[in-house]
Amino acid sequence: MTAVTESPQAPPAVRAAVVPEDLASRPSLRETVDQTLAMAWRATKKMRRNPEQFFDVTIQPLLFTAMFAYIFGGAISGSVKDYLPLIIPGILAQTALTTCMAMGTQLREDMDKGVFDRFRSLPIARIAPLAGPALADVIRYTIAATLTILVGIAMGYRPGGGVLGTLGGWLLTIVAAWSLAWIFTWLGTVARSAQAVQGISMMIMFPLTFLSNAFVPAESLPGWLEAFVKVNPVSHVVTACRDLINEGQVTAEVGWALLGCAAVVAIFAPLAVRSYSRKL
Amino acid sequence: MNDTLPSPTPRDDLAVDATGLVKTFGRPGSSVFRAVDGVDLQVVRGEVFGVLGPNGAGKTTMLSMLATLLPIDGGRASIFGVDVVDQPHRVRQLLGVTGQYASVDENLTATENLVLFARLLGHRWPAARTIAADLLERFGLTEAATRQIKNFSGGMRRRLDLAASLISRPPLIFLDEPTTGLDPRTRGQMWDTIRELVAQGSTILLTTQYLDEADQLADRIAVIDAGRKVAEGTPEELKAGVGSSTLHLRLTDRTQTAAAAAVVERALGEAPVLTPEAGGLNVPLANADGAGDVLIALRQAELSITTATVRQPTLDEVFLALTGHHSEPTENDHQNDHETEEVA
Ligand SMILES: Nc1ncnc2c1ncn2[C@@H]1O[C@H](COP(=O)(O)OP(=O)(O)OP(=O)(O)O)[C@@H](O)[C@H]1O
Ligand SMILES: [Mg+2]
Repeated sequence: MTAVTESPQAPPAVRAAVVPEDLASRPSLRETVDQTLAMAWRATKKMRRNPEQFFDVTIQPLLFTAMFAYIFGGAISGSVKDYLPLIIPGILAQTALTTCMAMGTQLREDMDKGVFDRFRSLPIARIAPLAGPALADVIRYTIAATLTILVGIAMGYRPGGGVLGTLGGWLLTIVAAWSLAWIFTWLGTVARSAQAVQGISMMIMFPLTFLSNAFVPAESLPGWLEAFVKVNPVSHVVTACRDLINEGQVTAEVGWALLGCAAVVAIFAPLAVRSYSRKL
Repeated sequence: MNDTLPSPTPRDDLAVDATGLVKTFGRPGSSVFRAVDGVDLQVVRGEVFGVLGPNGAGKTTMLSMLATLLPIDGGRASIFGVDVVDQPHRVRQLLGVTGQYASVDENLTATENLVLFARLLGHRWPAARTIAADLLERFGLTEAATRQIKNFSGGMRRRLDLAASLISRPPLIFLDEPTTGLDPRTRGQMWDTIRELVAQGSTILLTTQYLDEADQLADRIAVIDAGRKVAEGTPEELKAGVGSSTLHLRLTDRTQTAAAAAVVERALGEAPVLTPEAGGLNVPLANADGAGDVLIALRQAELSITTATVRQPTLDEVFLALTGHHSEPTENDHQNDHETEEVA
């Protein structure tokens, strides 16, 4: 080894660098909120420039509501109109799930970009790059939920729960979508590619929505299936939505649905932050 | 893994203090690969420290570890005395990192990028806008302020990237190959910007593959190859390590190159290096007096020359001489050297 004289002791011309003394050891709650809002702002800018992100949330409610109502309406409830109170809350929950599914793939794609290297090198809360897009995504859930209800009303649906009940169901859908998005966010931080996230998300999404009471009453199913459908959290969200929109009642199901959402966030948000912080 | 080591007395004149840094990557089907293999690095406050190394030497990996972007697998590192592993959030407040690949958002405009980073660093909206405008002005990007980065040239991207690293006015700036891929004029501008930063009191740790860049900018240089530090010193010290000077010859008749090389070898006992251009010879000299012997020998052999110059070796020659013997990835034989050094 050709080690040449080591002379770290000899500083060049004396140029004083100001080194701040009082460094925080972690971001405060206030800073975390600000940083999350900044990240949400970035996500909305991105949405505006890639309007195809709004295709699924506009077309799907239109298509699915009409399609399911006309295909299954007669068979399940006798008529389309009678089926609407059953199907609209179901479609709401399904739309919530499919729209929040996109979180995972988008985050995975985003994380491979150079700008995430900078986010990692900045003194910011590790949750901000995840919570920001999740917050901005609420815009998409809102569009999807609103459109679904409007299409239902256009098809002759008259929610029995009145304006307040309908607003309640609408709000619950958005909250559920935001909460469930954390599952997909976590997937986005652990999977190796956007395609992998897409595949796994589908595998989660299909059983959760179709093996629920979203489209058919649970009682009409064989026993073993009914058992799964009854514990499926999506069923609780659907039932809670029905209670709110059709009856205008805040039932125990609403409580269970909210509790389920809170549990999902409490489990998957920390998992996502942990795996994001470890990711290279 | 680190807590068994006794804590070395912290030196408060150091911006970067790293000892025995190790990074290993698992490669499927083979043993672990040591991308950084026990590097010691001491960067004094206020200096420009250059890390020079070829592709794959481990420069980016080393900076990433120091910038808390990669977990450290061995050794310890501190930035202004703050431990990188224990206090990552504090370390991030002291650093501005300009990575090898521009780390700005493609979908946003130049202004939006800087505003976003300023907001993330805790500035209110109006302040963030002012900072963005000032930086764009300073880096000559005002005209491109409202354009998306997608449509930026490589040079503009690099400048925006550097601008983004300066928002927090960090006392220490990492620049990973700041001028790779830039045209000579843009490169010169980047050098001027770096010199300005130094004049304002920033400490800079930069990596480069360009020897003239390290020579131009750095107060001290570490040469690394295959994850090891093979030399360290001022540019002058490094050059002196190879021999005090080099005699450059150019023959009138380029077909006589081989004959001339033989004559030089007989005169000095050491073979000259052929330059890439035909008819050129570089003769390393232990001392400049040797030049006379070579010229006399050539005269006697009746080989005529068009030019003869004696000069200091370039960093290129230093680099070749140093890394030539170290280009093979070495086995894990030095694995524990640093632990023992440290204890001693
Ligand atoms: N995430 C990784 N997984 C596996 N190997 C890696 C990883 N990152 C880097 N390496 C390997 O580590 C070695 C050093 O890489 P590094 O990027 O630090 O080199 P460098 O000196 O920056 O080179 P360059 O001049 O090309 O940028 C290379 O052999 C590279 O293949
Ligand atoms: Mg590199």
